[in-house]
Amino acid sequence: MTILTRRRFTALASALAGASVLSPHVVRAQTRPRLVIIGGGFGGASAARFARLQFPQVDVTLIEPKTTFVTCPYGNLVLEGARTLPQISHSYDRLKARGVNLVHDWADAIDPATRTIRLRGGTALSYDKLILSPGIAIRWGALAGYDEAAAEVFPHAWVPGSGEQTTLLRRQLEALPDGGVFGMAIPANPFRCPPGPYERISMVASYLKKHKPRAKILALDAKEAFSKQNLFQDAWTELYPGLIEWVPSNRDGRVVRVDPREKVLETEFGTRHRVDVANVIPPQSAAKIAIDAGLANETGWVPVNPRTFEATRAQHIHVIGDANVGQPMPKSGYIANSTSKQAVASAVALLEGREPPASPVYFNTCYSHVADDYGISVVGVFRPGETGFVETPNSGGVSPRGPLAERREQRRLEALYADAWYASIVEDAFG
Amino acid sequence: MRSSGVAAMLLASVVTTTPALAQQQQPSVPLIAQGCAGCHGQNGAGQGATPPIAGTSRDEFIKIWAAFRANERPATIMNRIARGYTDAEVAALADHFAARR
Ligand SMILES: Cc1cc2nc3c(=O)[nH]c(=O)nc-3n(C[C@H](O)[C@H](O)[C@H](O)COP(=O)(O)OP(=O)(O)OC[C@H]3O[C@@H](n4cnc5c(N)ncnc54)[C@H](O)[C@@H]3O)c2cc1C
Ligand code: HEC
Repeated sequence: MTILTRRRFTALASALAGASVLSPHVVRAQTRPRLVIIGGGFGGASAARFARLQFPQVDVTLIEPKTTFVTCPYGNLVLEGARTLPQISHSYDRLKARGVNLVHDWADAIDPATRTIRLRGGTALSYDKLILSPGIAIRWGALAGYDEAAAEVFPHAWVPGSGEQTTLLRRQLEALPDGGVFGMAIPANPFRCPPGPYERISMVASYLKKHKPRAKILALDAKEAFSKQNLFQDAWTELYPGLIEWVPSNRDGRVVRVDPREKVLETEFGTRHRVDVANVIPPQSAAKIAIDAGLANETGWVPVNPRTFEATRAQHIHVIGDANVGQPMPKSGYIANSTSKQAVASAVALLEGREPPASPVYFNTCYSHVADDYGISVVGVFRPGETGFVETPNSGGVSPRGPLAERREQRRLEALYADAWYASIVEDAFG
Repeated sequence: MRSSGVAAMLLASVVTTTPALAQQQQPSVPLIAQGCAGCHGQNGAGQGATPPIAGTSRDEFIKIWAAFRANERPATIMNRIARGYTDAEVAALADHFAARR
C-alpha cells in the first residue's frame, strides 16, 4: 500500500467511524450488527451459510472477487480425467438466496482500529465482527526461479482461481510423450492439504498407466515423511510398479531452484533433473490481506485463540481456514468448514456479550483417491488446548493397511464415501 | 498429521477410553453435530452412499456408537471417528439426531 492510499483510506475510515456519515461510497447504514466475511472459499462460504441459518439477528456480508468457486478438492481427479472443471465449480447463487449480501470485489486493506475494510472498487465497508478466510498466498521467489511467469510453464495448480492452472497442467499431461518424465516439487510443512501432493502423484500415475505406460513420475520432496505415507506407498507398489520415484529430502529430494527454460528442477546437492512437465507446489503463507493487516507472525501464518479463532494480534477479527496457525490440525477444506462454525458462533456471542460456546470439537477427514475404486482416509478430532489445538487421544488415524486382495471392499467403499463427502461438504458451504 | 505407525499403536492400545481433555466441560449441541454434516448431509439426512442418521432412536444410536468404538460393527471410518467423542457428547449427539426427521 502506498502512503498516499493509506492516508486516504485512514481518512475514509475515520469518517466512517464517526457514526452515521452518509456518503454515496459507503454501504448503507445497518440496524442489525454486521458480520462481514472475507473470502468465499471453504471457510468463508461455510461461515456465511452457517451464520445465515443460525443467527438471523445479524447482517451477513461475504466479500469474494470470483462469481464461481473452483474447489481444490477433486482437482486431482480433473487431472486424471475422472472429473471435469464444471463438476467442481460452484456458484454463490444459493448463498445469495439465503440472504447473504455478496460483494464481488477484493478486500484490499483492513483497518482493525476503525473496523473498516477498503475494497478494490473504491468503497469502504465497516464491520462489527470480521471473519477472515482468505486462504493461502504463494511465496513467489522463495523457491529460486519460481515466479508468476514460471508458473505458466511449471503450473502449481494449488490455488485454483478459475481453474486455469489445473487446466494448464492437464493439457501438459495430455501432451507429455509416452516415455516422458512428469516432475514434481513438493514443499516442506506446513502447506495446504498435507495428503494433496500424494493424491496428485496417484491420480497422475492412474492417467499415465491408462494412456502413457512408459512415462514416469519423479517426485522430489522437501520432507522425509508424509501424510498416509504407508497407504500411498503400498498402493504405488501394487498398482503402479516402476512408474513412481519418490525422493525424500534425506536423499537429495529438496528442490532449491527451478529453471522453466531448460525444464530443470535442481535439488539441494546440485543435481539437475531434466523433466518434460513439472508441477511445482511452492512454499506458502497466509494470503496477502492477512499479512498486510499485520495479523501473521514470523512464520507467515496467523496465530489465533483456539476457542474463538480471534486473531492474537487484533480484536474482532476471527481468522479461519488455511491462513491460521492451526497445527496439528491440517490445512484442509474440512477443517476450514468445521472451525468456521465455532468462529461464527463465538463472534456472535461476543457481539452480544455472551460467552463463546464451550468445549468445541474441530473435525477433519481427508479422503484421497489413489486409483479408480480405491480411496483412503485420515481422520482427526481436535479440541482447543491451553495455547493451541490438541488432537483427541486414541481417536482418528488412517485407513487400515493391507494388500488390495484383502482390502478391496474397504478401498472401494472409501472411494464411494469420498464422493459422498465432496457432495456433502460442498452443500454445507455453498448450498 | 501423525504417522500411521503411531496411529496404529494408539488404535491398538485403547478402545473405549473417554478423552479426559473433553470431559471437563459440557458439550455444546448442535455445534458438535455440525461436524457430521460434511459426510451425512444436512441434518443427518444421508448423502450418496453415506447412510442417513436422522431419526435414529436415542438408544439405538448409543448402541451403534458403542459398537463402532469397540470395532464390533462393520465400518470403514466410523470406528475411528467414534473414539473421538466422550460419552456425554455421544448422548448429546443421540438426542440431537433422534429429534431430526
Ligand atoms: C490439490 C488439492 C486437493 C485438496 N483436497 C482436499 C480434500 O480432499 N479435502 C479437504 O478437506 N481439503 C482439501 N484441500 C485443501 C482445501 O482446498 C483448503 O484447505 C481449503 O480450500 C481452505 O479453505 P480457505 O477458506 O482457508 O481458503 P480457500 O478455500 O482457498 O478460499 C479463500 C477465498 O478467499 C478469496 N480471497 C483471498 N484474498 C481475498 C481478498 N483480499 N478479498 C476477497 N477475497 C479474497 C479467494 O478468492 C478464495 O475464494 C485440497 C487442496 C489442494 C490444493
Ligand atoms: C468422513 C465421513 C463421516 C463423518 C464425518 C461422519 N460419518 Fe457417520 N458414517 C460414515 C460412513 C461412511 C458410515 C457407514 C459405516 C462406515 O463405513 O464407517 C457412517 C455410519 C454412521 C452411523 C450408522 C448408520 C447406520 O445406519 O448404520 C451413525 C449413527 C453415524 N455414522 C453417526 C455419525 C455422527 C453422529 C457423526 C458426527 C459426529 C458422523 N457419523 C460423522 C461417514 C461419516
